[in-house]
Amino acid sequence: MKVELEADKCVASGQCVLAAMDVFDQDDDGIAILLEEQVGDDRLDDVKEAIAVCPAAAIRLVEQ
Amino acid sequence: MRRIVVVGASAAGLAAAETLRREGYDGTLTLVGDEPLALYDRPPLSKQILAAEWEPERLALRTPDALAALNLDLRLGVAATGLEPADRTVELAHGSALPYDGLVIATGVRPRRLPGEGAHILRTLDDALTLRKRLTPGRRLVVVGAGFLGAEAAAVAWRLGCEVTLLEPAPVPLAHAVGMEVGKVLTNAHLERGVKLRCGVTVTEVTEDGVRLADGEVIEADEVLVAVGSLPNTEWLAGSGLTVGDGVVCDEYCAAAPNVYAAGDVARWYNPLFGTSMRIEHRTTAAEQGMAAARNLLRPEAGKPFAPVPYFWSDQYDMKIQAYGYLRGHDEVALVEGDLAERKFVAAYRTGDRVTGALAVGMPPKAIRQWRQAIATGAAWHDSVRTTVTAVES
Repeated sequence: MKVELEADKCVASGQCVLAAMDVFDQDDDGIAILLEEQVGDDRLDDVKEAIAVCPAAAIRLVEQ
Repeated sequence: MRRIVVVGASAAGLAAAETLRREGYDGTLTLVGDEPLALYDRPPLSKQILAAEWEPERLALRTPDALAALNLDLRLGVAATGLEPADRTVELAHGSALPYDGLVIATGVRPRRLPGEGAHILRTLDDALTLRKRLTPGRRLVVVGAGFLGAEAAAVAWRLGCEVTLLEPAPVPLAHAVGMEVGKVLTNAHLERGVKLRCGVTVTEVTEDGVRLADGEVIEADEVLVAVGSLPNTEWLAGSGLTVGDGVVCDEYCAAAPNVYAAGDVARWYNPLFGTSMRIEHRTTAAEQGMAAARNLLRPEAGKPFAPVPYFWSDQYDMKIQAYGYLRGHDEVALVEGDLAERKFVAAYRTGDRVTGALAVGMPPKAIRQWRQAIATGAAWHDSVRTTVTAVES
């Protein structure tokens, strides 16, 4: 699956980093950065958790 | 369990529904929402939507595809009107009844109002769009209540060229939530820009040409926004046997009764991390609690206490405010990094002998992350706050 991040919606809460630290990081302004676009099944649950807790609904999973 | 009903189609309800599917529940899943247009996000209402930076489409919590994949029995524009736990049914407006094996209550809150007609409130997309049409340059806006919502709206209205007056009953806005000194610092952001602030005043009524104060004075305004807190939507639970007291009262698993869970703004649950019952109106808690309630509903035998570190943020002018923990009722506030006057700082909050909260303004995220960790682990205050810049009386 591919992760999509709409960075201009991001509110810098960092919740995605807490949920999936190896997939997301934050820049100096706190805006989320995608470390990995492609995630395997082993990371799906964490990414879905990040999507669920993102207060800005800025993350999506796209089927390929 | 073959029939689960989630009442409330906003962040908490959606998170519950998604989690149920993710955890393998494949029975009937009904999602009930009283707004015809639901599944949209609320925090931008007082920010980007009010400022007309975003159009409503951007608020969608999920894409149509993602929603369709949940295979929901979606009932929008219909309110739940009653609950019969003995029969396991939820009653809907128009008289129909929904049977359930499991129920998640996520009916949220509504704004408190004041006597009199014509004031704006700010909770739904409709509310925000109605107010934003009125915020034209030179327009006089009175905001009743200088809490986070009122302050955000005031900041947007100022930027749009309105003449803004904030009215607040407390001596210092937000002092009860963030402490006296931090409250003053946040308040200064308004004063510096010429937003008028009157503290210690009680508004008794909205009038045709403004608002009336307790002493009879009328403050004239073209538009009035009432932002004086909210009330949990629990009336529909009257007679259900559930305990209601400023929210649906739940245990640490978010359970209100067997097979009945609550999540989001409406839920008052026991948070074992802080050893107290709380009702949190934060966007992130809504999502986290929706997930927790769904998991515990599906697997009560493997139930996990819901013990989050609450998080909220607020955008006002050029300030980004972020806070972790449970700041209410704190005993002490300490400035642990930065400078209050520059509005770049981290403040830590002590309750008893523990770190229970942290609030940052204008700081990089890493500056506050360690404090979140301290709160999550119940770190002792004297171990964590060694480098206090200035102790701040609160």
